[in-house]
Amino acid sequence: MLRELTCLLVAFYCVLTMIALAAAMDADPQRWSEFILGQQKPAWLVFHVFALVFFTVYQTIAWFRLAPKAMPLQLGDKVVAPGTIVAAHYVAWGVVSLVTLWIAGVF
Amino acid sequence: MAIAKKAFVWALFAAGGTVTAFVFPVLILLFVLVSAGMVPENMTREGVLMFAGYWFGKLVLFAVLVLSLWHAAHRMRVVCHDFGIRADAGVARILYLLATIATVITAYLLIRAS
Repeated sequence: MLRELTCLLVAFYCVLTMIALAAAMDADPQRWSEFILGQQKPAWLVFHVFALVFFTVYQTIAWFRLAPKAMPLQLGDKVVAPGTIVAAHYVAWGVVSLVTLWIAGVF
Repeated sequence: MAIAKKAFVWALFAAGGTVTAFVFPVLILLFVLVSAGMVPENMTREGVLMFAGYWFGKLVLFAVLVLSLWHAAHRMRVVCHDFGIRADAGVARILYLLATIATVITAYLLIRAS
């Protein structure tokens, strides 16, 4: 059930990203600063941290755990071990995260 | 037709689930950084417009947002069923309509972004 409820967070962050995009695109540059300032409230910080933990546990980790069952992989005659498939997901996740942070200018 | 439609929705759901699993933790982390006052260097108005204005950025944003929205809509349908709402056809119509509207808005925003 908790896993299913991550869909509320997905919808929420899609809409929040669209709002951010619309704020940046507005002819008035002030809208972007307003959006950023609006986000800098303790309540938002608490919510985002909670969302990050909840989502990572109940969607990302849960999804990776099911990956070998959802898409078993066979190379030639050899069936790839479930552990290898899960590990590959974690590596790819790390790469996607680092590239995103790099594009955002975190480092 | 019904089976093809079901397979199509299922494919969107699976692709969306994978995309959200990979991308949303870092997306939420960016919001954590912003709300903690540590706004990443490129998350200025100009930086966001540059990313969304470039074809690669448009493509990434569109794929991530749209697949995620359809994933959320389909999963919400399951949640409604689990909560005992049995009017599945109506629920599905409303949720997929919302996902369609959000898809159109996303496309509109990204086409205009420059």
